[in-house]
Amino acid sequence: MGSGSSVNVNYKYSLQKSENAFKAAVLIQQWYRRHVARLEMRRRCTWRIFQSIEYSCEQDQIKVCYLMDQFTPSSSKERDFISRMFISGESYKEAELEKYCDYESIEVPDSYTGPHLSFPLLPDHATALLEAFQQKQQLHARYVLNLLHETRKHLKQLPNISHVSTCYSEEVTVCGDLHGQLDDLFLIFYKNGLPSPSKSYVFNGDFVDRGKQSLEILVILFTFLLIYPKEVHLNRGNHEDHMVNLRYGFTKEVMQKYKVHGKKILRMFQNVFCWLPLATLIDQKVLIIHGGISDTTDLEMLEKIQRDKFISVLRLKKRKESSRKPQIQAINGENESGTDAAANEAAPRLSLQPQSAQAPNTANRLEFSRWLRQTVQEQIDTCRRLMDISESEPEELTYSSMVSLKDVDEPCWTRQEEWKQVLDILWSDPMPQEGCRENKVRGGGCYFGPDVTEKFLDKYNLQFLIRSHECKQEGYEFCHHRKVLTIFSASNYYEIGSNRGAYVKLGPDLIPHFVQYQANKTAHMLTMTQRQGFLVAPYSPSFNFGPLLSPSSASLCSVSSRISRVEESAFRALREKLFAHTSALITAFRSYDGDNTGKITLSNWATAVESVLRLGLPWRMLRPQLVRSTEDGMLEYKSWLDDLAMEQRSQEHIQSSLLEVIYRNRSNLETIFRIIDRDHSGLISFEEFQQTWKLFSSHMNIELTDDGINDLVRSIDFNKDGNIDFNEFLEAFRLVKQRPS
Amino acid sequence: MAEQEKGRDGLVAEIEKKITEAFEVFDRESNKTVDGREIGCIIRSLGCFPNEAEVQELLAKIEEPDGFVHLENFLRVMTEVLLDRRFQPIPEDVILHAFEALDENKCEYITKEDLVKHLTEEGEPFTQEEMEDMLAVALDPETNTLHYREYRTKLVVDETKTFPFNV
Repeated sequence: MGSGSSVNVNYKYSLQKSENAFKAAVLIQQWYRRHVARLEMRRRCTWRIFQSIEYSCEQDQIKVCYLMDQFTPSSSKERDFISRMFISGESYKEAELEKYCDYESIEVPDSYTGPHLSFPLLPDHATALLEAFQQKQQLHARYVLNLLHETRKHLKQLPNISHVSTCYSEEVTVCGDLHGQLDDLFLIFYKNGLPSPSKSYVFNGDFVDRGKQSLEILVILFTFLLIYPKEVHLNRGNHEDHMVNLRYGFTKEVMQKYKVHGKKILRMFQNVFCWLPLATLIDQKVLIIHGGISDTTDLEMLEKIQRDKFISVLRLKKRKESSRKPQIQAINGENESGTDAAANEAAPRLSLQPQSAQAPNTANRLEFSRWLRQTVQEQIDTCRRLMDISESEPEELTYSSMVSLKDVDEPCWTRQEEWKQVLDILWSDPMPQEGCRENKVRGGGCYFGPDVTEKFLDKYNLQFLIRSHECKQEGYEFCHHRKVLTIFSASNYYEIGSNRGAYVKLGPDLIPHFVQYQANKTAHMLTMTQRQGFLVAPYSPSFNFGPLLSPSSASLCSVSSRISRVEESAFRALREKLFAHTSALITAFRSYDGDNTGKITLSNWATAVESVLRLGLPWRMLRPQLVRSTEDGMLEYKSWLDDLAMEQRSQEHIQSSLLEVIYRNRSNLETIFRIIDRDHSGLISFEEFQQTWKLFSSHMNIELTDDGINDLVRSIDFNKDGNIDFNEFLEAFRLVKQRPS
Repeated sequence: MAEQEKGRDGLVAEIEKKITEAFEVFDRESNKTVDGREIGCIIRSLGCFPNEAEVQELLAKIEEPDGFVHLENFLRVMTEVLLDRRFQPIPEDVILHAFEALDENKCEYITKEDLVKHLTEEGEPFTQEEMEDMLAVALDPETNTLHYREYRTKLVVDETKTFPFNV
């Protein structure tokens, strides 16, 4: 011990000029390498934070859908409310759709300065659109609808699995998730060229959500699809799904941009999405799917199913389904074999527990909510297991309310099996371990191992898989001994500077060549026709610090400040999550503070936080950014939580517990709200708002009295006509988030 | 005596948790192994300042034939390192002296050429990548020189903000 200081003394006093330079070099190198390592650790931790929050969000989405299925209305009013949500226009028959989404009656006024489309589309239309979008113009609703009608007509003729051959087009370019980031699409076209008879493209799904220009991306992609049908191929992603869009921004975007015709446009998109092909095969050797595969993926089945049946892969089930009984009994620990499918047909209302949950009194509701909170995960598991097994179910229509009733002649597969095929290829992720298991993190699809990949490739005589679905720091990544390639084309996905985007080119030799890029804020100001250089980082094979801006600015801000911008964003999100779990955290901390001193060790802090948040993060590494002050290595947890709250809280008169609850469930609330708001007006009635809260209180620990709800509503500025502008409500919380701490 | 032992056990447990966390951040396949080439990074991110020779020495003790390192071996070796407080941080003034030693004319900056020569030819030489990365940030583009005082200050500030290791 104590040898450290003497080493330094030696360094200081024994520097002779001839040895000076050498020793100095060693020191500088030593010190520098330490600095670099720290940056690398920070970078990886930041990445972990973003990813874990993203995936736990997706899991939430599934839980919401599940919860709504399980909700037992306690009055006829509630029952009507719930059933209204389920009877939606989702399963429009074709003719009805055409009539409802008719565009011909829509007039384009003379004052409209945007691009005009006429069909059949020509390359000039595409160029006009690109330029228009570059200048932030909007395509008129009439043209959008027209485009969607034509796109649908075209997609319907396509098989489930598109076939591409490199002998015709020499090279094929495959792009991954774009997520509404139009700048990235422009960047790809700029670097790689526009689609043309000599330039083939495959876009591997997730064109929408999160980014703000999903609509523009779809318009451009569909336009090119129609102009160059042989060269442009689109695969469906898990975000080409209206249930997912409700939560992740596409629905909102369309309604904001098209206030009058938005609803029609959304209906059309919903329909077009389910007609997107599910996969693309290059030279019979390379399979491109959005998510991945499972050990039951069957290409023959995939080729033959009617893909348009799966309007949403996240389902809200019909209320009357008899299939529910076995699963509930399983949850309640009863005998699974004692199912009586017919018995439930009579009762339109579904009882989770035969006697309770119908009386609207508090006691039952509390019990109910407690039970629900404890077993949500188990329920999802059970539900999933039962869906996959399809044991006692006859071949009738059971699960998906989205399945159309027109099909009489069925192949030998059940609808559950078909649904699983689609779910797996849209939602699965590769994992390093062998085997195949449920993807519990996302809540859909599987984790598939290298053995599953190998077997699959062998079975169908394929060389490798290309998929997307996961953000990768370099824009692409190989796994499973280079048999699975992930390609991700949305740069700066989590935050400016978080990652590069990439696309891959395949020639007849099927050897992948990658091009990486990173969109820069100023890039979008350049027009396509001007063809100026985008300020992107040249691909640097060296140690990756993160984003490199243009050479001149690189030296101005230090690498670590660039990393810290991304980092700050990640930690902000993390602190928000911590705040949202305040009550649970206090309980957890108290369990380590037996003597009620108000303090716990940092070690226990880390353990407690993980037990509550369950994000699998390295809390000890993250601690310095989350916990500012400690005394003797002990943390005063109450004041720490208060500090967190101070950053988040805005209005004093909203009870802090309510605020916490709203925060935690903001996304879920929004999703449910959008489901309720069927005409996408952004307004719901006070009553509907109350219903939303009641639906939710069964999921939350806090019992909300009617007074509590009224207070909440009063604290929101809502119009005297009894309607609540939910967008304003949510906006209030966004503003809170952005307020400097 | 018992108290001290308990205290020390607690300390060791905590150190082990920290090491495991850092290790797992680099554990790509979640199978408790890490590529040997990342060991230096992990050690350094735990607050240590070994030079390359010291890293190699450590690695030699725990590296498997296939180039990977298992968590249990790393844990064993690294716990000792941290308990013994080996590879202590280099104080600010020492680094300053080091830069000054390379600044022969005492003009408060070092030219790009000199910097490259010293750091890629002497000491434990930088790879070309390492050199380029450092230059990208450290050099003043107009004069192509490194003003080492500002540079050192900038980096030191970041260090203190995020030093996770607290025994």
